[in-house]
Amino acid sequence: MATQRKGIEVSIAMADAVAQANVDVIAAYPITPQTHIVEHLSEIVANGELDAEYVPVESEHSAMSVCCGSSAVGARTFTSTSSQGLALMAEIFYIAASMRLPMVMALANRSLSGPLSIWNDHTDTMMVRDAGWIHIFVENGQECYDNVFCGFRISEDPDIMLPLAINLDGFILTHMIEPVIYEDNETIRKYLPDVRMKNALHPDNPVSMGCFAMPEIYTEAQMSREHGVRNSYPTIVKAWQEWGDLTGRYYKPVETYRADDADYCIVTMGSYGETAMEVVDALREEGEKVGVVKIRLWRPFPFDDFRKAVLGKKSLIVIDRAISFGGPGGPVATELRSALYGKPGAPTIVNYVAGLAGRDVSRNDFKNIILEGKAKAEKGETDGFTLYGLRG
Amino acid sequence: MDKFSVFSSRLVDKSENFTSGHRACQGCAEALAVRHVMKALGRDTIVAMATGCMEIISSPLPLTSWKVPWIHNAFENPSAVISGCESGMKAMMRKGKIPQKKINFVAMGGDGATADIGMGPLSGALERGHDMVYVCYDNEAYMNTGIQRSSSTPYGASTTTSPAGKVSIGQHTQKKNMAQIAVAHNIPYVATACSSFPFDLMDKVRRAAETPGPAYVHVLSVCPTGWRIPTQDAIKYGRLAVDSCVFPLYEVINGKYRLSYKPYKKLPLNEYLKGQGRFRHLTDKEIQLIQQKVDRDYERILRLCEEEE
Ligand SMILES: Cc1ncc(C[n+]2csc(CCOP(=O)(O)OP(=O)(O)O)c2C)c(N)n1
Ligand code: SF4
Ligand SMILES: [Mg+2]
Repeated sequence: MATQRKGIEVSIAMADAVAQANVDVIAAYPITPQTHIVEHLSEIVANGELDAEYVPVESEHSAMSVCCGSSAVGARTFTSTSSQGLALMAEIFYIAASMRLPMVMALANRSLSGPLSIWNDHTDTMMVRDAGWIHIFVENGQECYDNVFCGFRISEDPDIMLPLAINLDGFILTHMIEPVIYEDNETIRKYLPDVRMKNALHPDNPVSMGCFAMPEIYTEAQMSREHGVRNSYPTIVKAWQEWGDLTGRYYKPVETYRADDADYCIVTMGSYGETAMEVVDALREEGEKVGVVKIRLWRPFPFDDFRKAVLGKKSLIVIDRAISFGGPGGPVATELRSALYGKPGAPTIVNYVAGLAGRDVSRNDFKNIILEGKAKAEKGETDGFTLYGLRG
Repeated sequence: MDKFSVFSSRLVDKSENFTSGHRACQGCAEALAVRHVMKALGRDTIVAMATGCMEIISSPLPLTSWKVPWIHNAFENPSAVISGCESGMKAMMRKGKIPQKKINFVAMGGDGATADIGMGPLSGALERGHDMVYVCYDNEAYMNTGIQRSSSTPYGASTTTSPAGKVSIGQHTQKKNMAQIAVAHNIPYVATACSSFPFDLMDKVRRAAETPGPAYVHVLSVCPTGWRIPTQDAIKYGRLAVDSCVFPLYEVINGKYRLSYKPYKKLPLNEYLKGQGRFRHLTDKEIQLIQQKVDRDYERILRLCEEEE
């Protein structure tokens, strides 16, 4: 088996992965910072390097609708969007999950209007948190590339049949040139064979999809979705494990760095994890007992892994990339607080909302957040949240 | 044979692909139109349907009236959903993932789904050139949600959001001409039809399905509930709409117009309007004005059809 290491823009690597995954249909609408992914895909299709239908839709709402149609007939389906595009397709985003339609989306995270901004944060994805998709957060180019294959494998698993979003930070990842190891097609085929979906729309086996529900059945339908998402956990873990066995690159729902003996941990999702690790290394040199906890799997939420990683610590400093106006704090911190509430040995949580719409959070900022957060925790100031770096 | 089928009920497929037992109102000619359309299409069909009366009456979980593969996703997107079905099947067949087979890809929606909220997706699908048929069941209002006006509601009709009142005639805008909008996409096949002319309707749907590329069929579908007419009169009002030339039946094949039916005697508009609760408030003077518009529009269609002869 031959692998190839390339210095490449992450968006291009991701598009290459989609082509290697032998998708049948790509439907997408341009929006920054996702555009390079779909531009490169349309190029790959135009050059005959991938035999697929590239459907250049007239809106994101239709992109997601086309994806629902193609997934319903059993075609391997990919799309990508960001921000306003996600907001426009939100209606169908929910329906895709409710109809158990497998597909993979590269969700290049970007702030939501207004004010209009094209830069990175997590306000777009938090809007669809409860839609019933599987959500994975990635940290670097390699993870983007790898998780395309893992994504399809998980999404199309007959026990799961759910759409899956790979959340990658806009610009910070999409537009970065990074070293990425490409697997050969043989490895990919082995890991991700073509599957024929049961109950796909076909005249040989007529089924009705998307029927409406009266109150006496809606609740049960929702419960079945809840089971579907929650019970996808072991399959996700297994898919990552097998990918690791093939490539040597293992992924876990919650990953930690120098956290075992740490008193304080900084919690991140997405590309911030990389910076957090560097800063923790530096702080360790200064004698601070700090570590990093990274949440890779956002839905289904890995409660056990998370609790195992943090119970017994003094405090968590949670960085959110979205704000819940008038609410209890950033969405991540809020969830973590509720995951720990009443648990013996639960650490307190200090919440920072940082890096909205691409506001840079440098190594120095991370250091400030950790030290300031630690001080707040020691003083018991653990309510609400702090908007880090606010001017004026 | 092609032409005979227009006259012979014996040549019509006996099987029902849209079965009885659904929950449409008594006398619903929209459900009748769906039944005719499904007879014409046959079993090798995939249907994507918009939210609306026809979806609600035919698919209460866990029941279904559909004997063909059928998908409902949302109100505005059947054209995009069927685009996806067609693209997915095309790719998988080409790649040998599934065996080759001729399948009709058909999107359906009401006038609201078509002329209002789903106009963008429909225009996109027609422009992209998918091999599909779009059928619009035009009952001239949002019936499913309780008879609200759409852009396809005719001038002067009273609906729950365009009520006739002391200072309002009811709907005060002109009916959007969806068939002409479809024609403007330069697609190979466009037709108007009505379930009161079932053989003509079935013929057109068959032709639409046989046409490679996108086809659009606009079906006037009488809704006794929304039009406020007796349930037994739905067929009659469909005929009156066509015979008074309010709704002319024609085809546009590769841009060429062809009149499908010329009334033996063009009926005065009043024959059609009177008896419909939604027009009850109109005065003779108002009807006269509407008549002039009907005449002008009909003459225009005649001219277009003559030009092509
Ligand atoms: C996005 C969205 N907006 C509004 C609705 C509510 N709604 C459902 S069906 C319908 C009207 C359907 O009208 P039409 O397309 O003419 O079909 P009909 O019921 O008349 O056959 C409306 C407004 C919806 N389901 N989705
Ligand atoms: S409201 Fe009209 S279109 Fe809807 S089911 Fe009843 S008769 Fe048919
Ligand atoms: Mg209607």
